[in-house]
Amino acid sequence: MSQNSSQEQWSEVITPKKSWFDLKLGELWQYRDLIILFVRRDFVATTKQTVLGPLWHFIPVVVSTLIFTIVFSGVAKIPTNNQPPFLFYLCGTTIWSFFASCLSGTANTFTSNANIFGKVYFPRLAIPFSIIISNLIRFGIQMMLFLVFYAFYIYQGKYSIVANKMLLLLPVFLLIMAFLGLGLGIIISSLTTKYRDLSNFVGFGVQLLMYATPVIYPSSILSPQFQFYMKFNPIAPIVEGFRHAFMGNGNFQLSQLLFSIVTTIVIFTIGLLLFRRVEKTFMDTV
Amino acid sequence: MANTVLKVENLWKQYRLGSIGGATLRDDLSIWWNKLLGKEASQLSAINTNDRANSSGDYVWALQDINFEIKQGEVLGVIGKNGAGKSTLLKILSKVTGPTRGSIKTKGRIASLLEVGTGFHPELTGRENVFLNGAILGMNKAEIRAKFDEIVDFSGVGSYIDTPVKRYSSGMYVRLAFGVAAHLEPEILIVDEVLAVGDAEFQEKAIGKMRDVSSGQGRTVLFVSHNMSMVKSLCEEAILLEHGCLKMKGGANKVVEKYLSMGIEQQGKRVWDNTADAPKIKDLLLVHSLSLQKQNQEIDTVFDVKEEINIAVQYEVFKQSFSFQVHFYIKNQNGVTVFVAMDNLHNPYTKEPTPVGRYTEICKIPKDFLNEGVYYVEILICTNPTGPNYVTYPDALSFSVTDDMSPTGVRGDWFREWPSSIIRTSFEWQIIRH
Repeated sequence: MSQNSSQEQWSEVITPKKSWFDLKLGELWQYRDLIILFVRRDFVATTKQTVLGPLWHFIPVVVSTLIFTIVFSGVAKIPTNNQPPFLFYLCGTTIWSFFASCLSGTANTFTSNANIFGKVYFPRLAIPFSIIISNLIRFGIQMMLFLVFYAFYIYQGKYSIVANKMLLLLPVFLLIMAFLGLGLGIIISSLTTKYRDLSNFVGFGVQLLMYATPVIYPSSILSPQFQFYMKFNPIAPIVEGFRHAFMGNGNFQLSQLLFSIVTTIVIFTIGLLLFRRVEKTFMDTV
Repeated sequence: MANTVLKVENLWKQYRLGSIGGATLRDDLSIWWNKLLGKEASQLSAINTNDRANSSGDYVWALQDINFEIKQGEVLGVIGKNGAGKSTLLKILSKVTGPTRGSIKTKGRIASLLEVGTGFHPELTGRENVFLNGAILGMNKAEIRAKFDEIVDFSGVGSYIDTPVKRYSSGMYVRLAFGVAAHLEPEILIVDEVLAVGDAEFQEKAIGKMRDVSSGQGRTVLFVSHNMSMVKSLCEEAILLEHGCLKMKGGANKVVEKYLSMGIEQQGKRVWDNTADAPKIKDLLLVHSLSLQKQNQEIDTVFDVKEEINIAVQYEVFKQSFSFQVHFYIKNQNGVTVFVAMDNLHNPYTKEPTPVGRYTEICKIPKDFLNEGVYYVEILICTNPTGPNYVTYPDALSFSVTDDMSPTGVRGDWFREWPSSIIRTSFEWQIIRH
């Protein structure tokens, strides 16, 4: 073969150049089997050798909902929009914990997988995506628990609980939560490769964010001043909207949802670009 | 003509020395600020070669201007001392980290085995781990399923396949992990010393598999190892790295020989000009020089297994007082004394005192005696116990014994690598047919 070297077809060229817009999402698709296997590993590993097995997907939600019910409704007497407090908190906690676990699960992608990343190449995004999918499944399981209680309270008939057509927006809510959590998570994980300070912040940062979001209180009880600040929290309308969809009352405006969507797109894009830039050389600094 | 499937051009890689912590933010801001002002980023100008012991400054070049290419079906060995840049090169080739300058062009899928069992999860069963590990290494489910039985057969895990791998013996674990890796089917395979695992029988199997992959299936393999005989038996071509630079490329045998001769700063001759340092017995004896010679008296440090090795010592006796006996201790790389050669013509108990004068004594180590490896020579000169006793000088010389694999000598027409043993000598065999 007398091929001229300049005309040779290389299937891949590795250079130090870091392009901002080379996202290689197609490659992620090629590795979809790997993502599925990571999800599987997640589930198998958390339930193996436990007595309660899959019940562990419910226990944290139920326990924290019970505590919220006792503390915030029983002791602090925070109103819950005339809805059963337990169901109110369960509803908020279910959607919130989906967001929180997406965020904190992906926030340490680089540091906690450094030993695998240091030995073999695969699209690094496979890990955060698999975490999102795991959490989506876990959310589905927790939703079933919620629906059981939901049905129970409706059957009881003591409260006026009406589901409404906003249920159709449910997929949008989930997508926003997933991509917002993922976006923030990969931004943090990209920055923690150099600055570990952030990873210390994530744990209580998520906690603080929960209090800034109407999870354990309806935003309607806030003073107008706080309601104004709440408009800048892109998660607030999702939690409110989610509750509104099932319970039939709450504070939800479409303009707020649009704000959330735009914020999510911006944050996720920044996260993706940052992640792509860091993943090439993070092994040198992690 | 085979075509080039991997081409490395002007590859440089820089690492930052010291801890990466509080100061990084300030550095990053200043680099970013300089960039904004259009100045050249300052960190690339601080050039240090990859010499661990004497480097100053914050940055170090782990690789400098590496150029080479591999043709399809070729097995290329990469050798070099610890810290020469081998692992860095592999990491860049396998896309674990990026280069600082230069480029790598490839044709076809690359799979790298920098470790066996990457991503194995102890709680998952063998079966689940095979799928997970295979996927991490770049196979899809269908490919793994097609190879699954072969992998289980190869690793000999058998009925344990549905048991969590945390219950496996370490041997089973490694065999299963290697089994997955060995059944990858990439166009280019990058292997770091993963073969140095498992028992002898499994290693044999692993090497056989490697050979099949390269010769039978026409795949290109890049193989990094410290095991020189393995490099020679597996690779036709090799490259040698030193302090991050490409020191030599060429035929595997030549490159290995070069490596062995430089690797351990071998010394074929030692002359003591300064009498203060020289081994001596006060007022009675002084050693002038020590050397290793080929049969033609040429000084060298690399000897073929089929060559005779002459160890020569030159000393001077100032006073006829004792019979001075020379001992050579030959030690291998692990510090094990392989043998001791004594000059019985000067037995200090039975022989007359050595007359005044300058002497050269030569000890001949026969050909077909030492196996491949690196050896050190310690000299000891003693008198009988009524005298000053002895003087010794450890690691005075070192040399390596190599095997060019030509079908002569003890090897005969055995064409595989010689089993690891300290000596390799010929024995008389009697064969009786009944």
